Amino acid sequence: MIEWLLMARWSPYLVGAGIGVLIWTAFLLSDRPLGCSTAYAKTAGMVEVAVSRDSAKAMPYYQKITPTIDWQWILLIGIVIGAFLSAYLSGTLSLLLIPPLFAAQFGMDPLLRLATALVGGIFLGFGARFAGGCTSGHGISGTLQLSLVSWVAAICFFAGGILVAGLLFGFGGAGG
Amino acid sequence: MTSLAAIRSGPKLQPVLGLVTGIIFGFLLQKGGVTEYDVILGQLLLTDFTVVKVMLSAVLVGMIGVFALKAAGQVRLHCRAGTAGATVFGGLIFGAGFALLGYCPGTAAGAVGAGALDALIGMAGMVLGAGIFARLYPRIENSVLNRGAFPADTLPELLGVRPGIVVVIVALVITGLLYLIAVAGF
Repeated sequence: MIEWLLMARWSPYLVGAGIGVLIWTAFLLSDRPLGCSTAYAKTAGMVEVAVSRDSAKAMPYYQKITPTIDWQWILLIGIVIGAFLSAYLSGTLSLLLIPPLFAAQFGMDPLLRLATALVGGIFLGFGARFAGGCTSGHGISGTLQLSLVSWVAAICFFAGGILVAGLLFGFGGAGG
Repeated sequence: MTSLAAIRSGPKLQPVLGLVTGIIFGFLLQKGGVTEYDVILGQLLLTDFTVVKVMLSAVLVGMIGVFALKAAGQVRLHCRAGTAGATVFGGLIFGAGFALLGYCPGTAAGAVGAGALDALIGMAGMVLGAGIFARLYPRIENSVLNRGAFPADTLPELLGVRPGIVVVIVALVITGLLYLIAVAGF
């Protein structure tokens, strides 16, 4: 058991099956699908409230997605803790700024990596709220409920991702 | 014995369940390798199929369990209506961000836990992007987001067949895809 927790990688099929079982429990015990992008909108709402409580309260989107610390928001904190535990136990915990594949293609300029990460994050936050969910909310939780909007969203996530990754790295393989 | 309804409405218990669910989710994501930029970009460049293997396995197992629990009257589905205007445009923008950042909203949090500082900047960007959306929301709600309503909320409704039949078909298709990916050597 301990050895298993110390392993750096588990089979992707096993990890996927585990996430599937986790979704059963989320449905059963919390009456919720597993989704991550709402927490970012809630955080944006908290920032708006900190700047001006009255104007934030008047914003229609934060009446729909309330800027409160709840199940969905705490879920995201849990993910940070869980991944930290996993990396720590397997000895792969290390501070990293520029991922190897990015460095091989674009060099070691930290500002370039931070700029692409920031712009990518803005696109993700905006796109996820536009489409009503992310890779977990639509891509896993929604598709497994056979939700039509989730299947369309998941296909668009990967279509857009494959296109832009190809433009950045060249189509036909990394560094190709 | 505590009823499910009492657990679901427990104001103290739910945040704890959210935390525990997140910890297990983050642990699984990191052990699966999908909190790594190189693994996610490998998927989008079609050289590493780890992300698709994790997602399809999760959908397969999750779908069978959720529909079994629903048949037993224990859970309800959370499918929403949607529009082509919001889903297609938002989905493609999301995809572009997915390739630029190399993490998605959930895996970015996991990557931060494993020490990726670029993912932390990405998370700040996501808050900013969600905030920009919230500001634009009143102006685009009717002009863009409500455009082109889908004809149905779910695949069974769209196809006009019982959900159980679609579950079996999707399960077979996913199993077939996972088999083909493995046979192709990915």
